[in-house]
Amino acid sequence: MKMEHVLGTRKGTVVLYALSTCGWCAKTKALLKEIGVDHSYVYVDLLPQEELEEALQEVERFNPHGSFPTLVIDHKKVIIGFREQEIREALG
Amino acid sequence: MTVPEITDAEIDARYRILDRDAEEGGYHLNPDVAFTRNLVRGLLVNERRYGYMACPCRIATGKREEDLDIICPCDYRDPDLNEYGACYCALYVSGDVLAQKAPVRSIPERRPTRAERKAARRKQATGGLVQTAYPVWRCRVCGYLCAMNNPPLVCPICKAKQDRFERFL
Repeated sequence: MKMEHVLGTRKGTVVLYALSTCGWCAKTKALLKEIGVDHSYVYVDLLPQEELEEALQEVERFNPHGSFPTLVIDHKKVIIGFREQEIREALG
Repeated sequence: MTVPEITDAEIDARYRILDRDAEEGGYHLNPDVAFTRNLVRGLLVNERRYGYMACPCRIATGKREEDLDIICPCDYRDPDLNEYGACYCALYVSGDVLAQKAPVRSIPERRPTRAERKAARRKQATGGLVQTAYPVWRCRVCGYLCAMNNPPLVCPICKAKQDRFERFL
């Protein structure tokens, strides 16, 4: 699955699973950029069907609801939804 | 999947319709116009992609029968307005939130998981537990009930389509 990489300060492996149409995802993406943390993101809704299913299963492993945005830090810490303070505390 | 181009004029036009319908029904769109316009854009994108306005903050399958509960206004709007003062994507907010200008937050997902939805589809309520002269149908969007052989083509209260009705009795 191809992810977009945004260069910034390394704070571990930071991956954002998002939807291109979602308001909270847009806010989360903008926050990561503002913080300036190195991260990757993927718009799951824009993926071809097979990759979409693969991405969805990946999200569900971290967040059984398969909801967006899902932010995964170092393959273990998961922040679901636009939780500004939590994100700042974890990555700021 | 590609993103269809949506013009500002299309967003304006749909925003006005949604705002008018919301106010007429006693609902309110999020007063953060830039945020709300972005959601309206998402709704239009989904309408173009799937043929219906699937929630912009949830992943749709493109199969209407599997996405029925997340067609905007979704089945979860009213419980979320009651509990959090906003729906999941925050397109709709409660009167209290509007009046107090309280910030709208990202809220937990109320929609059951994929596995739960699959299990629920297998044992859907068929009604008929109580003897009534007519079956009773419930609009899953607004709760309107009607006793007729079939649900109406369009909910007379919230304009949701016939397939948003479930058998209630």
